[in-house]
Amino acid sequence: MSEFKPLPDQPPPPNTIGAVGWMRAHLFTGPINSVLTVAAAFLILFGISWFINWGLFDADFVGSTRDDCSGEGACWVFIIARLSQFIYGFFPEEQIWRINVMFFIFAACIIALMIEKTPKKGWISLFTLVGFPIISFYLLNGGIFGLEEVETHKWGGLTLTLVIAIVGIVASLPIGILLALGRRSDMPVIRSISIVYIEFWRGVPLITVLFMASVMLPLFMSAGAETDKLMRAMIGVIMFQSAYMAEVVRGGLQAIPKGQTEAAQALGLSYWKTMFLIILPQALKLMIPGIVNTFIALFKDTSLVLIIGLFDLLAIVQSALNDPNWLGFSVEGYIFVAFMFWIFCFGMSRYSQALERKLNTSHR
Amino acid sequence: MKKQLVSAVAALGLVAVSTASLAATLDDVKKKGFVQCGVSTGLPGFSNPDDKGNWTGLDVDVCRAVAAATLGDASKVKYIPLNAKERFTALQSGEVDMLSRNTTWTLTRDGSLGLNFAGVNYYDGQGFMVSKELGVKSAKELDGAAVCIQAGTTTELNLADYFRELGMKYQPVVFDTSDQTVQGFEAGRCDVLTSDQSQLYALRIKLSKPDSAMVLPEVISKEPLGPVVRQGDDQWFNIVKWSMFALVTAEELGVTTSNVDQMKSSTNPNVQRLLGTEAGQGKNLGLDDTWAYNIVKQVGNYGEMFERNVGSGSALGISRGLNALWTKGGLQYAPPIR
Repeated sequence: MSEFKPLPDQPPPPNTIGAVGWMRAHLFTGPINSVLTVAAAFLILFGISWFINWGLFDADFVGSTRDDCSGEGACWVFIIARLSQFIYGFFPEEQIWRINVMFFIFAACIIALMIEKTPKKGWISLFTLVGFPIISFYLLNGGIFGLEEVETHKWGGLTLTLVIAIVGIVASLPIGILLALGRRSDMPVIRSISIVYIEFWRGVPLITVLFMASVMLPLFMSAGAETDKLMRAMIGVIMFQSAYMAEVVRGGLQAIPKGQTEAAQALGLSYWKTMFLIILPQALKLMIPGIVNTFIALFKDTSLVLIIGLFDLLAIVQSALNDPNWLGFSVEGYIFVAFMFWIFCFGMSRYSQALERKLNTSHR
Repeated sequence: MKKQLVSAVAALGLVAVSTASLAATLDDVKKKGFVQCGVSTGLPGFSNPDDKGNWTGLDVDVCRAVAAATLGDASKVKYIPLNAKERFTALQSGEVDMLSRNTTWTLTRDGSLGLNFAGVNYYDGQGFMVSKELGVKSAKELDGAAVCIQAGTTTELNLADYFRELGMKYQPVVFDTSDQTVQGFEAGRCDVLTSDQSQLYALRIKLSKPDSAMVLPEVISKEPLGPVVRQGDDQWFNIVKWSMFALVTAEELGVTTSNVDQMKSSTNPNVQRLLGTEAGQGKNLGLDDTWAYNIVKQVGNYGEMFERNVGSGSALGISRGLNALWTKGGLQYAPPIR
């Protein structure tokens, strides 16, 4: 009796593996899907090729006036001619180095924080959160160390967007944490103050807050006490954003099991030690997506300041679109703004993902 | 109800500030060393930042003229870009010394907001733009036309009034922004586009072939645009008002930036009074006798200002029309300086 020999394994049919198999399984599973696939592919190819032609091959890059643009494709000359204004706003030309120094310090801090092996990271983050904003303020505003004073109405463009966003981010996180702790506190006064604050500021739109700060507030103040418009806007943004931040932080705090607090108390730790050594480090890690989400929203919300006459990146591009010498290039302008916003938001999003991976202690 | 509440709050605010803002603006300006001037956040030819970030435009030049008259230096202006909604508050609260922001002079504004209009630097009005192919030469031939409008109540109301008055029909096509309106017009969604005339010229440049469209001569509404100051400071009001008159007078007398120094030796008594060679005019305003000389030397006369910003010297190419001197069929008229 011959021994049973199974046939050798056959390779799967060629049309179920590889690229062909993948396409059959995902793109051409039936007549309707096949038609849709072909139509979508056609649309995408057509759209992309049109966009590349418009934005790249037919576009004009060199020149200094609108006459240098042929009008067939995009006119990037407009963006290039105005680039320094878009980035530095109305800052006096001979003082622009101050903004560059600020950008440089900022970039250096971020890079140092992102590289795994930087020594003394704690001090660098402290500097980024406390020292850097102070230095930037004096760099931008001037008035000391022989720096010429540049008033805030000359700030604008990307610089202003970053200033508002960074101030909002740096200030709203600690205030938000305190408010979240306050809302979970056992002390009735602190708890009710936190709840009223959070619910009030979450209940009004940011645009209303900015409008109140810029239009109504000056009417109620005596004529001498004139505060800066940018200052008013920034305080409004911070107030608003910290309420949102508080709720994100509270969400994170609720995810930490009660046993953690009880264990900390059993060890004899005080309330603040429990919070800062045990609860918050765990909670903040969980909250990274939520916090970054709020930051990104804040970054995009900064462009609302244009309704109160501050020239952030979007507003300065819009005002450039109104220059009689450059009328009619709004598409290029808005694409530029969208691209800049995308770079920053995408950067933040990637950084938060990297941070999550690094801090992951496998609770997933 | 809501409206009443808003006006009550606004009135409260006005009471609060009107007591505070009685101080002499001229003294404040001299002490600060600059004029705080509220301008638009961007309106082609009226106020917009140029490539270098300097503010330019017809409204901006009024600010510069006032700075030249009061401080002797047209560059001593701090521009505060203002939104349409916050412009009056900024003036009332003292954030700006004057407002030069394409603001239409109306009875309500003049009478109830605690403001004074110091003159008219541009006579605007709603007009029509048509494609040349349409072959229309007058707005009276527009019966049954599809009209592109930018959403904005006065424009729509004026249009409705005009067509009803002439017993003609029209089909409104409403858009949200001026860019969309132009695209709609270019795509043939409508035969005619309506907006303020000064805007029509700016919109025309946005067309891919600006020469294919023309602006019709009819003006169907009155939009006198001018600088505004706070009520209660007559000296400052006079300074702004007469700075405007000096611009017009200089054009009338043919005094320009380039010939103002030769004109100083002119024998024409009107020129002498304008340029301060015959002493005594400045002190009536609380200024030096060279106030008008500084304006013309540093900013130019009204005609120069107009041509440079919105007229033939600019991309807009607006014709003088109503803004010509009264001697040339326009409305720009200045009382005598004497």
